[in-house]
Amino acid sequence: MFGRLSWSAIPFDQPIVMGTCATVGVVLLVIFALVTIKGWWPYLWREWITSVDHKRIGAMYMILGLVMLVRGFSDALMMRSQQALAAGHAAGYLPPEHYDQVFSAHGTIMIFFVAMPFVIGLMNFALPLQLGVRDVAFPVLNSVSFWLTAAGVLLVNLSLFVGEFARTGWLAYPPLSELAYSPGVGVDYYLWSLQLSGLGTLLSGINLTTTILKLRAPGMGYKRMPVFCWTALASNLLIVAAFPVLTATFAMLLLDRYCGFHFFTNDLGGNPMMYVNLIWIWGHPEVYILILPAFGVFSEVVATFSGKPLFGYRSMVLATMAICVLSFMVWLHHFFTMGAGADVNAFFGIMTMIIAVPTGVKVFNWLFTLYGGRVRFTVPIYWTLGFIVTFVIGGMTGVLMAIPPADFVLHNSLFLIAHFHNVAIGGVVFGVMAGMTYWFPKAFGFKLNERLGKAVFWCWFIGFYLAFMPLYALGLMGATRRMQHYPNTHWQPLMLVALAGAVVILLGIALTVVQIVVSIRQRHANRDRTGDPWNARTLEWSIPSPPPAWNFTRLPYVERADAYWHMKEEGVSGRAAPASLVDLHIPRNTPVGVFLAFFAVIAGFALIWRIDWLAVVGLVGAVVVVLREYWKTERERTVPAEEVAAFERAHGALPEVGHDDREVRVTSGVQS
Amino acid sequence: MSAGEQALPLVPGVPLALRGPAPVRVVAGFGFWLFLLSDIIIFAALFATYSVLSGSTAGGPSAAELFDKRHVFMETLCLLASSVTCGFGLLALNRTDARALYFWMAITFVLGVCFLTMEGREFASMVAAGAGPSRSAFLSGFFALVGTHGLHVSLGLVWLAVMLLQVVTLGFRPMVSRRFFCFALFWHALDIVWVGVFTIVYLGAK
Repeated sequence: MFGRLSWSAIPFDQPIVMGTCATVGVVLLVIFALVTIKGWWPYLWREWITSVDHKRIGAMYMILGLVMLVRGFSDALMMRSQQALAAGHAAGYLPPEHYDQVFSAHGTIMIFFVAMPFVIGLMNFALPLQLGVRDVAFPVLNSVSFWLTAAGVLLVNLSLFVGEFARTGWLAYPPLSELAYSPGVGVDYYLWSLQLSGLGTLLSGINLTTTILKLRAPGMGYKRMPVFCWTALASNLLIVAAFPVLTATFAMLLLDRYCGFHFFTNDLGGNPMMYVNLIWIWGHPEVYILILPAFGVFSEVVATFSGKPLFGYRSMVLATMAICVLSFMVWLHHFFTMGAGADVNAFFGIMTMIIAVPTGVKVFNWLFTLYGGRVRFTVPIYWTLGFIVTFVIGGMTGVLMAIPPADFVLHNSLFLIAHFHNVAIGGVVFGVMAGMTYWFPKAFGFKLNERLGKAVFWCWFIGFYLAFMPLYALGLMGATRRMQHYPNTHWQPLMLVALAGAVVILLGIALTVVQIVVSIRQRHANRDRTGDPWNARTLEWSIPSPPPAWNFTRLPYVERADAYWHMKEEGVSGRAAPASLVDLHIPRNTPVGVFLAFFAVIAGFALIWRIDWLAVVGLVGAVVVVLREYWKTERERTVPAEEVAAFERAHGALPEVGHDDREVRVTSGVQS
Repeated sequence: MSAGEQALPLVPGVPLALRGPAPVRVVAGFGFWLFLLSDIIIFAALFATYSVLSGSTAGGPSAAELFDKRHVFMETLCLLASSVTCGFGLLALNRTDARALYFWMAITFVLGVCFLTMEGREFASMVAAGAGPSRSAFLSGFFALVGTHGLHVSLGLVWLAVMLLQVVTLGFRPMVSRRFFCFALFWHALDIVWVGVFTIVYLGAK
């Protein structure tokens, strides 16, 4: 009746897990109670859960990422403290089978459920605004994507309390991840949660690529797009091209585990190294899926706060697209030690070094943008400067490891761990933090507290160096990754420094929460009434903060890059005169995304525990939800012209927009 | 969104990229093309896997011993013919000619069922002969690749039935026509994949 599920699936004997379980349970209970008592459910359901507004969905992605950052970081702290303790004769406090789950969950969560939601959230929020349009190409699909990601998150967190998580590392290499060596539900949790969220990501990629290529404001040719849109285009093209490989690879491993196939087994002709090849054909582009949008954020921030156009727009675009293509030609550098031979290794080594060239172009472009600019030292520019320094170090250690003979020494050592955290934290996390600070006033109508923002930056910056520079040294001394225990007590002092670094980062994460709370309380003092708090250059700043559901009352007409900057220079407003407004049609909210995710979680859970009837229930439920949506004919909601006009009047549409006293003209999009 | 609501009219001389948001029909079609491309990448991964594993028979039967090319040729004819009838159906859709649409799509459906039946028979006979997917890595690769295509055809048939039902209940409204157009794209894409399967798996059998 319940497949493999029984009471023994709940780890009552593990105090750490049960303690976490109780804490999470209490926190959830408090939140639910608060929402219920305050009567917020209808509002949440109407305005957020069923929302198909790209700005709301973007914000929900960011919240999801923040919550999961706390989860993933708890795992990091556990690893750091275990390694700080377990030297020589000391055993530490985490037994191997638990420690293995911790490092697997840490990697899986940080990439799939922290970095991806953050990056997709930023793109979701900013793209349509920068492109000057009303929404993404497929708003309902957007909601489905988000909720499928959330479904994956739910499954991965469920594994903490019911059953176990994979002990295989974050990419679940076979043969270890095959049924013969991992008979439990851990790998199944891993596979099904990532299949669900991977599907969500693929749909996002299709959606956003279509948005950029087919929906831009009139006049916005490709050479007039903001650089963030370009990097997002590259990132989403990579999603469309790479994520199907992940889906196919996981499907094959699932067939091995569930149906007795022999793709990656040791016996009957299976080939485990093929999995490693396939997973990195997805995995290396994934690196750029995450970092390219961060590069885009830095480009916007650097131009805005230097008060100059971005240096080398064309070379920036070319570098972005070069990285997009090259990222598919370097996957083998993740396993030079496979033994593919000198020629193959040399090819991939050289390709890897070549990809550093366009990245170098970008670094110089940012530096030259800063050079000679009147740089305003705001929080986003702090993150950008910290990024430039940190990322260059990470990039250089990457090029070092691109030399196959060097890689044979450093493969799977803590040097590698230090390298990819160097680029992941120094690049992606710093970029996301910069982007979040930069667009926060646009999303919510008030700025984040500046002083606390700088404190958060310093915590991450110092904490990063404390935590990971020792790992470079330890790697060179021979320490490997994923050690639950090590005999050499000489390593312990550096491990203690690394732990101290992790604690400093913890302080940074705590201060982020404080910053958000304080900023909400001070919102009246920090309110953005102009819609353009940073004196910025792109179209999202030409409309009020927060923007209305329809974003642009009139689609702006774009005559050159940095469109809004030129509008301001010429004293032109992109906004419409309230008198000339017409009814607008915007997509109607729908619960199809959350319902689909509900049934997907049921089906996923049932498949993990081999509860056949429940899997059928989940599948049938999902089909019914889709069919219901398919027959819905009322898909749009009309915003009456009076409501639009009222909004425009309330936000000073006409007289107050120009930044000087020159005559204010109205350049609208084309009247329909 | 109401894409295209404010789009520039098709002014000659204004480059496409500058004309503003494309009409819904174009946006939907383009998005579906991207989906098809991603789907074809799934097949690319399966093709690559099959190519790597095709020699790993682990002492079991090899491709040359198993495949009946005559049988597969008939299968292929069914599927290719169904693409032609689907094309005629789409022309009928454009004319909003319901009777012709039902006629051609019914033939498409029947041909699809024929294809699946023949494929099912092939699979059943292989499993009965001890050449199931668990026998060797080669057979795992075969069943996964050809089976995934078969699964796509099955889903396509369900989709076709749903679309016909949509025409019956909702009529030829733009939303339904767009979806039917996407279905036709999907059906043709499956043909292209099958040409690859036929060439690499069956004709390439050694």
